[in-house]
Amino acid sequence: MSVIVFGLVQLVPGDPIRLALGTRFDQETYDALLARSGLGQPLVTQYFGWAGRALTGDLGVSFRSGETVTSLIAERLPATLTLAFASILVALLIAVPLGTLSALRPRSVVDRVATVLSQIGISVPEFWMAIVLILVFAGTLGWLPSGGYVPLTEDPGGWAQRLLLPAVVTGVVSGSVITRFVRSSVLEALGADHVRTAQAKGLPTRQIFAWHVLRNALLPLVTVTGVQLAYLLSGVVVVEIVFAWPGLGQLALQAVQSRDYPVLQGAILLFAVVFLLINLVVDLLYTAIDPRIRR
Amino acid sequence: MTGAPLPEPAVSPTATEAGVPSTARTSRPRWRETLVLLARNPTAAVAATVLLLIALMAVFDETLAPSGPNEIAVEDRLQPPSLEHPFGTDDLGRDILSRVVLGAAVSLRVGFLAVAFALVVGALIGLLAGFYGCWVDDVLMRFMDILFAFPAVLLAIAVLAVRGPGSGNTALAIGIVYVPVFARVTRASVLGVREEVYVRASRSVGASDWRLLTRHVLPNAAPPIIVQTSVSLAFAVLAEAALSFLGLGTQPPNPSWGLMLAEGRGFIDLAWWLAFFPGMAIFLTVLCFNLLGDGLRDVLDPRQRTLMAGSGR
Repeated sequence: MSVIVFGLVQLVPGDPIRLALGTRFDQETYDALLARSGLGQPLVTQYFGWAGRALTGDLGVSFRSGETVTSLIAERLPATLTLAFASILVALLIAVPLGTLSALRPRSVVDRVATVLSQIGISVPEFWMAIVLILVFAGTLGWLPSGGYVPLTEDPGGWAQRLLLPAVVTGVVSGSVITRFVRSSVLEALGADHVRTAQAKGLPTRQIFAWHVLRNALLPLVTVTGVQLAYLLSGVVVVEIVFAWPGLGQLALQAVQSRDYPVLQGAILLFAVVFLLINLVVDLLYTAIDPRIRR
Repeated sequence: MTGAPLPEPAVSPTATEAGVPSTARTSRPRWRETLVLLARNPTAAVAATVLLLIALMAVFDETLAPSGPNEIAVEDRLQPPSLEHPFGTDDLGRDILSRVVLGAAVSLRVGFLAVAFALVVGALIGLLAGFYGCWVDDVLMRFMDILFAFPAVLLAIAVLAVRGPGSGNTALAIGIVYVPVFARVTRASVLGVREEVYVRASRSVGASDWRLLTRHVLPNAAPPIIVQTSVSLAFAVLAEAALSFLGLGTQPPNPSWGLMLAEGRGFIDLAWWLAFFPGMAIFLTVLCFNLLGDGLRDVLDPRQRTLMAGSGR
């Protein structure tokens, strides 16, 4: 994995040192910086140096700003985590009731409306929805700021106000994807044999639903929520740009544009680790929800 | 999903082939049957019709557009929608309707090229991995897993950083992102078909691997791949718009929906129509591809309905 991260980033063309120095520089400064960054060394040496240091938490120094990559990432992490978890919350608040309702009454009006809404949510370009929401709530109504980020500890009100719109935008899109999974997994659980047995035994509907349906429908929900969370933690570059949200996606985009290898490598490595971690958590949750898997 | 309840598919593709081994060519009636079933699903039929219109618009863009994409008329700048300019004009006085029409060609071309690349490469990898199994499967699918682990948008951005911006490279970048998706779908489908009786029968009478793959495995493994193609087209159009919006995809002054949105963003307080109409165009196209994908899934692959392509994003 780390070889791929390293190799892919090395393929980005352009001389990072030239870019860092701007248009006017002398050969001496160039050579000094080249030696300091280690870019003159063979790629294999560079890779092992990087990978070895990465294991100890040292991801190198940004070519552009001179700060350590670890501190750059740490700076952006709170904003990214905040947005990702707020979005997943919005998504689940939309998806679980909507998906369950439409599964309980398949082909009813509720089901059709839910299906259409989730199709719209999946198809709408996030950045367009962001722009329209900014126009309405920040422009016309003037209720919310159009973007930016303040830490929760400094200004809780401002934090919530600025979080609301981006969380709704990404939450609606993820929520639409999750709704469809909730619907199909609840439908499947409802049709299972043990549910019919429970009905035959005369158990109250509420109890059947809570004990026999929801628990079985939970597994696919956990999986898709994990996938969506991984996506939210890594890939909401466009929404971050529109809302001027200082997250990791923005950092990675800037790193690509300025050929800032260490930052780009660090960010992608972090995304890969997050992806693996979420998969691990999902697997652990599986065994907690479904004891049959433990065997 | 919506519309009239579909009748139980009378003849599932697999059953047809299994019942009439190797010699009968059943592919043509199967296509006709698919189309008939699709036409009975109102949502899918409407979506297909709208897509056809958008495609026609993209093909005949230059005849249909009221004016050229880059005809600048400064005296007409930032005009609201009117009879003369139904979608209004932008900050340089360019007619937005014309640019939306011409942008259809750019967006669809990138979308189709990207999905064609992902389909050919991904399906080939999935076919080989699923059919031969053991180490071929391991090597190919581990590589696909690694590619899949990268955040889609960042992978596309990285490819564009390597290759430089532009429509062709955007198609390639989006295509690379979707290769693992097609590889997985194809492999899963091939695994289901590989051990069918008709494949084993054909193998036992000495059919070559090539014949097995092209005559028996691929045609019967196709339905999920076709569904995935429609859904991926939706995401490819969306991705092209997003990348162009970030300034990495289609470059100005070419009209691309995503780029127009980015340009209109600066004028959102003054002139909402700059960003609104290109956004609507993206939304409508993506929605129709998704609805068509759902309809195709209902018709071709009823069992897959529960799985759905949530991996797309």
